[in-house]
Amino acid sequence: MQTFDLEAEGLRKLNSTLHRQAETTNQTEWEIINPRGSHAIAVGLDAPIEVTIKGSTGYYCAGMNKQATINVHGSAGPGVAENMMSGAVIVDGDASQYAGATGNGGTLVIKGNASSRCGISMKGIDIVVHGNVGHMSAFMAQSGNLVVCGNAGDALGDSIYEARLFVRGSVKSLGADCIEKEMRPEHLAILADLLERGGCDAKPAEFTRYGSARKLYNFNIDNAY
Amino acid sequence: MCGIVGLFLKDKSLEPQLGAMLTDMLITMTDRGPDSAGIAIYGDGSAANAKMTIQSDNPDVAFDGLAKRLSAAIDTPVTLTPKDTHAVVALATNKVAEARAALRELDNSIRVMSTGDTLEIYKEVGLPKDVADRFAVAKMSGSHGIGHTRMATESAVTTMGAHPFNTGPDQCLVHNGSLSNHNSLRRKLRREGVHIETENDTEVAAAYLTWKMQNGSTLGEALKSSLDDLDGFFTFVVGTKDGFGVLRDPIACKPAVMAETDQYVAFGSEYRALVNLPGIDTARVWEPEPATVYFWNH
Repeated sequence: MQTFDLEAEGLRKLNSTLHRQAETTNQTEWEIINPRGSHAIAVGLDAPIEVTIKGSTGYYCAGMNKQATINVHGSAGPGVAENMMSGAVIVDGDASQYAGATGNGGTLVIKGNASSRCGISMKGIDIVVHGNVGHMSAFMAQSGNLVVCGNAGDALGDSIYEARLFVRGSVKSLGADCIEKEMRPEHLAILADLLERGGCDAKPAEFTRYGSARKLYNFNIDNAY
Repeated sequence: MCGIVGLFLKDKSLEPQLGAMLTDMLITMTDRGPDSAGIAIYGDGSAANAKMTIQSDNPDVAFDGLAKRLSAAIDTPVTLTPKDTHAVVALATNKVAEARAALRELDNSIRVMSTGDTLEIYKEVGLPKDVADRFAVAKMSGSHGIGHTRMATESAVTTMGAHPFNTGPDQCLVHNGSLSNHNSLRRKLRREGVHIETENDTEVAAAYLTWKMQNGSTLGEALKSSLDDLDGFFTFVVGTKDGFGVLRDPIACKPAVMAETDQYVAFGSEYRALVNLPGIDTARVWEPEPATVYFWNH
């Protein structure tokens, strides 16, 4: 286990040290102490290492992650795991706005609540939120899965393309072109796997699936050139 | 982008440290707003005395003998305590309006930053650390206070464009965001006879709240109606004589983090602003909901 004191050694040294870890590194476990809400912690990693941040983080923690598993033992500020490509990010507390935005792959688990715009423009990421999500979550979502074990705020899935949204609790309102959809056996199987990966013991049958009605401009063949 | 900090003490034993705690929080928010900074602090007041915080760009001349001249003009004793470009004038509560008018006559380059029983507002252009040092904010005690670091987007970087803005006796407002209908609202308020000094958007929001309250709204009601009448992005923190309030616009893209323990309620634009507060590791930390008015009172 490598321990890195962020307050003493600084952000640039932390991220460059983590960037130097190759796929074959034997320094596979990292612990970051004194994060104190700093921005851009563990951004741009590309190695199968496990990073644990002992405390809360500021803007853009774990952005652009590839391969790494990043644990936040606290809450995360805006834009956690933004544009993740692969790997996993697990937040023990809450996440601020636009968690998992534009994520292409990997898994983001938020054990508390996520605020507004969770999964905005998601492009393949899987997001499992144990608590609630705020308004405009999955706005313009294109691919991937958003699982919400609590409730969703206003305008869920506004202008959604093709992502699957699973919500156990209430949905304050659905956004434009987002509709409730039938939960078929294959969806229950996908959801069971997501819940297991997200460390959540909720039952798939308790959830409702939402997705795209495919009625907006881009889905209308008459609009094609 | 701007930074906001706020601290409301429940534990009286912390009151002597209020200024020091707020200063530390304010400096943490420097990179959100390095242009100018300000602080509103609710300190000691006595029932018979009101306070006016006044400002001059040329304090050595403007404040020299001012207490005597003001006292003669309004026929009541006043004391004046200079602090860098600002000064606190103590006088009887029922003489505040008269003193404000008399100051305009005596020296119209003097600006009134705040009035109230306990509120003092200090704000200037410069890095938050330098501004806090000039007014020795760290040495001030009080029950609660709010601070602001400004990165100007709407109007010039000037003392009068800095926050907090005084909205009424013992009331003030700070703002992170930008309002898009401030020009039309300024025209409307001026038609109603409201005095607005600058082209700043937040001054319009402050004037709007003042105007609403003069027309019978409570502060809570005025804040609620601002959700309909103000167009743009905002996180507001308002200070009142016995507490503070928070309101975010319905889109809520301007950040806000709150923390509460048995000792205090704290506000920060970011969690970074809160990390040195006592017991923060075990505090309840959360984000205020959009379009929801919050208040904490003594």
